[in-house]
Amino acid sequence: MLIRVNVNGEWQEADVWPGASLLFALREDFGLRGSKNACEQGECGSCSVWLDGELVCACLVLASQAHEREVRTVESLSGPGEEGLHPVQEAFLEAGAVQCGFCTPGLVVAVADLLDHDPSPSEAAVREALSGNLCRCTGYQKIMDAVSLAAERKRGGDW
Amino acid sequence: MSVRLGERLGGGVGESVRRVDGIPKVKGEFAYGGDLWHDDMLFGHTLRSPHPRARIRSIDVSEALGGPGVHALLLAEDVPGRRTYGLEFADQPVLAWDEVQYVGQPVAVVAAETPELARRAVGRIAVDYEVLQPVTDMEEALSPDAPKLREWGNVLRHVRIVHGDPDAEADVWVEGYYETGMQDQAALGLEAGLAIPAEDGGVDLFVSTQWLHVDRKQIAPCLGLPEEKVRLSLAGVGGAFGSREDLHMQIHACMLALHTGRPVRITYDRAESFLAHVHRHPSRIWMRTGASHDGRLVNVRARVVVDGGAFASSSTAVIGNATTFAAGPYEVPNALLEGTAVYTNNPPCGAMRGFGAPQVCFAYEAQMDKLAKTLSVDPIELRLLNAAGTGSVLPTGQVIRGSAPVRELIERARDIPMPESERAEIRDPVTYPGGAGNVSRGESLKRGVGFALGYKNVAYSEGFDDFHEARVTLSAGAEGPMAEVHSAGVECGQGLSTVMVQAARTELGIDDVRLHLADTEVDSAGSTSASRQTLMGSGAVQLAARAARDELFSRARAAGHGGELSIEDGMIRSDGAAVGEVIDFLREPVVATRVFRHRTTTAMDHRGQGDVHVMFAFSAQRAVVEVDEDLGLVRVVQVASAMDPGRSINPQGVEGQSEGGTAMGLGLAVMEEIQVTDGIIGNASFTDYLIPTILDMPPVVTEIVEAPEPDVPYGVKGAGENATIVATAAIVSALRHATGRELNRIPVRPDDLVGLVPPVTTSGPPPPPDVPGPEPMPTFFGQDEVQADISPSGEGRK
Repeated sequence: MLIRVNVNGEWQEADVWPGASLLFALREDFGLRGSKNACEQGECGSCSVWLDGELVCACLVLASQAHEREVRTVESLSGPGEEGLHPVQEAFLEAGAVQCGFCTPGLVVAVADLLDHDPSPSEAAVREALSGNLCRCTGYQKIMDAVSLAAERKRGGDW
Repeated sequence: MSVRLGERLGGGVGESVRRVDGIPKVKGEFAYGGDLWHDDMLFGHTLRSPHPRARIRSIDVSEALGGPGVHALLLAEDVPGRRTYGLEFADQPVLAWDEVQYVGQPVAVVAAETPELARRAVGRIAVDYEVLQPVTDMEEALSPDAPKLREWGNVLRHVRIVHGDPDAEADVWVEGYYETGMQDQAALGLEAGLAIPAEDGGVDLFVSTQWLHVDRKQIAPCLGLPEEKVRLSLAGVGGAFGSREDLHMQIHACMLALHTGRPVRITYDRAESFLAHVHRHPSRIWMRTGASHDGRLVNVRARVVVDGGAFASSSTAVIGNATTFAAGPYEVPNALLEGTAVYTNNPPCGAMRGFGAPQVCFAYEAQMDKLAKTLSVDPIELRLLNAAGTGSVLPTGQVIRGSAPVRELIERARDIPMPESERAEIRDPVTYPGGAGNVSRGESLKRGVGFALGYKNVAYSEGFDDFHEARVTLSAGAEGPMAEVHSAGVECGQGLSTVMVQAARTELGIDDVRLHLADTEVDSAGSTSASRQTLMGSGAVQLAARAARDELFSRARAAGHGGELSIEDGMIRSDGAAVGEVIDFLREPVVATRVFRHRTTTAMDHRGQGDVHVMFAFSAQRAVVEVDEDLGLVRVVQVASAMDPGRSINPQGVEGQSEGGTAMGLGLAVMEEIQVTDGIIGNASFTDYLIPTILDMPPVVTEIVEAPEPDVPYGVKGAGENATIVATAAIVSALRHATGRELNRIPVRPDDLVGLVPPVTTSGPPPPPDVPGPEPMPTFFGQDEVQADISPSGEGRK
C-alpha cells in the first residue's frame, strides 16, 4: 500500500507491505537507519521517534498509521558532518554515555523529549522517563550524567 | 555528582579522551550489521529445529521452493565444503543433516526478495523428524544410563587440580551447594551481516563479530574456498559480551550469496537471537572450605559442573577457568578443585563476560561469608587476612608474578562512603523496591550490605599462541602529518578503537590519528574477549608506532640530523631544537607492521599444575540492597566498586566497564535467566527475559586502583569482566545479610526472598568421570587440531 509521510520535514512516499512497521519503513524504505531494531516489542526504546510530536516506539506503529502524519527521527537532531550536534548528543559524548552505541539514538531522542517537557527533572523523574530505553553496556550511570549535563546547559540558556 | 568528562578531542594514554566513534554513534550514522545495504540484495532466513534431539527422516522443500521471490533454498547437502565448524572443535553442523541436537539448530536457509518472503518460504519447508530421548540435565548427562551424545559419552572436559595436601585437616569447615542459571549476553545489536559474491569466485563478508580471522578460519573450509578468497570486514557491533565469538549467520549468508550470485543480508530478530548464540553456562557447584581458628584458609575442595549444551563452543576453556579460579583470590595452601563440562541437548553455552569466573565467585564468596559467620569475624577482615598478592602461589602452582593489589582493592571498596539513608517523607515512590509498579511505600524494608572479591585471567591461557598485529602508516596530510592505524581488532563498544588511537598519539606525538576499518587485510588481532584487547591492541600499536617513528628518525639522520631525536607539535627535534617539519620527511609514507604477543603460558598437567594464565585482574565490590520482605522485591541501593585495570589508558572508559559490568552482574543476581524446560527456551524475548533498566540500576561508585603490570606496554591489564564477576556475589551477599536466608541459587527470585521456595538441595556431587586427564576429550581422541572434525555422527568432512 502507498503511504505519504512527512519525514523530518519532507513529504515522502513509499509502497509498503500492510503489515510493515513504521520502523521497517523508516529503515528500509526511507533509508533512515538511525532508529534501531533490538526487540520489536516496544521493550527497548532503540527505535524511539516522534509521531506528530509524541514519543513512540516506531516498531509498535504500523507504517500505514503514519500516513499523512509527521515523523521526526534522530537524524533530525543534528546537521551534517561533525558540526551542529544537538546538545543532548554533545552531552552523551562528553559524559562517556556511549559504548556500543546501539541504544544511543533512541536514548538521545528520549532525553531530548524529556528535557523539552521538563528542563529540570528530578533523578527519579529521569529514571522513570528513560525506563523504556534499554542499554546493555553502560549501566546507565553515564547516561544519568549526560542528562544532568544537558539539563544544566538547557537551564543556562545554552540551547 | 562527580562527572568525569571526556573533554579533549585529542589526547594520549591516560586521558579520558572522547570516543573516536562517538559522533556517528550519537547521530545514528554508525552502521551496524543490520544497517548494511546493497543494491539488488536478497534477504536470508533460517529454518531451525523445534526438537532438542531428533533424527531427520526427510525434508520436503517442494512447497517452499516455488514460492514468490524465493531465489535459493539450501540444505546440508548444498554445503560446498566441510559440513561442520566450531570455535575450538568443529563439531557443529553448518546445517543439520542427520540428527538435530538442540532446539534452534539450523536445518535450512532461504534467500528471497524480502525478509517476509524468506520467512514465509521457511515456514513452508516440511521436515519429518523422529524425536529421540534428549539429555537435558547436566548431572543426568554424567549418569551411566544417559544416552551418549558423542561416541565417548557426554564429558567434554574434566579438570582436576591437586594442590598441597587435599586431605589436610582444618579447625573449621563450611559447606555449600550452589546453582547458577543460564544468562544471556543480550547485546542490543542483533546478529547480522552482508555477504557479497566476488568476481574471483570468493566472497566479501561484512559482519558483526568478535574475531574476524577465527571466523574466516571456520568459514573458508565450509565454503570449500581458500582463506584468501574469503575477505571479512567488520560491521558495527552493537555489543557482544561473548555472544559474537561463535559463528552465527556467516556461513549461511556466504553460501546463499555464492549460490545466487547476489548479495545476501541476514539479520536475526530477538527471538532468533536467543536460539542462535551461546549463553553463559549454568553451573552446579559443591564446595567445602576449611580454615584454622584464626581464620586462615587451610583447604578448599570444590566440584564444579557446567552444562555446555549441544556443541563444544568454548566450554573447554570455560571449565578450565572456572576450575582454576574456584578457590578465589586467596592464599590457599591445600586444595582439590574439580570441574567438568558436559554435553547435553540444551542450548549451547560458551563465552560470556567473565567466562566461568562469575559462577565460582558466587560460590567461593558465599563460602567466605559463611566462614566469617562461623568464626564470628568481620567478613571484610577475613578477606583481608587471606587475600592473595604478588608472589602468592595459586592452586595450579602458578605464582602471581604481576600486580595484585588485592588488599588495596578491598580497602578502597570498603572505604567508599555508604549511601545516605533516605527519609521516608521525601522519598519518591519509584525508589522503593518494585517502585515503578507502585506496589509499596516501604512498609517492610530490610537493608543489607554485602561484599565480594574476585579475579580473572587477562588474555588467552593454557599455552594458546595469543597475538595482535597492527599496522601504522605515517603520511603527509593536507594539514600536517597523519597516522593511520590498521588492525583487525574488533571494537564492540568497550573502547578499543579509542585506546589504539590514544596509543598511536602517545608514541608518535601527533594528534591526527585515524583508524582503518578492521578487516582481514592485516593479520589476526585475536578475539575481543578475555579482557585482552586493551593490552593486546595498545601493545601492537605501540610496537608498530615505534617502528614507524624509528624509520622517520632514520630518514632525519640520513638528512644529517643527529643527537636525540623527538617529535613535538608536528616538528622533528634534535636535542630539543626543531630541525624540520615531520611532513618534510614523509614524501614517501612510512609503513610499519608489528605483532604483539604476551608471555607464553603452559597447559595444565595431570594434577592441574602449570603456568596457566598470563596475568590476573582483581576486583572488589560492596553492595547495599533493600529487600521488601512482604513482596520479595529488591532494590540495589549502591554498589561501591574497586577496579584493577593495571593502568587506565582511558579512565572514563574504565569507569564505563565498572558501571556496565556491574549492571550485568546485577542482572545475574536478581533478574536474568534463560528458562529452559526439556531443552526449550521459554522466554526468548525482552518482554520475558528481563535485563536491568535505568530504574533497576543504582549509582555505582568506582575507585580505580592504578597498579601497573610489570613488563607489558603501559602497565595495562584489562577491565572488561571483573565488575561483572564480583557484582553478582556482592549483591547476593547483601541479600543474605538483609534476609538471613541461604539464597544458594542465582538469579534470586522473589519466592526465594520471602521463603516460599526453599534453598536448592543436592544429594551430593556426581563422582568424577573416568577420563584420562585434563585435555579436552576431543583432544584425547586425537582430534586436537583446531578445527578438527568431530561431528556428532563422525561424517562431517565431505
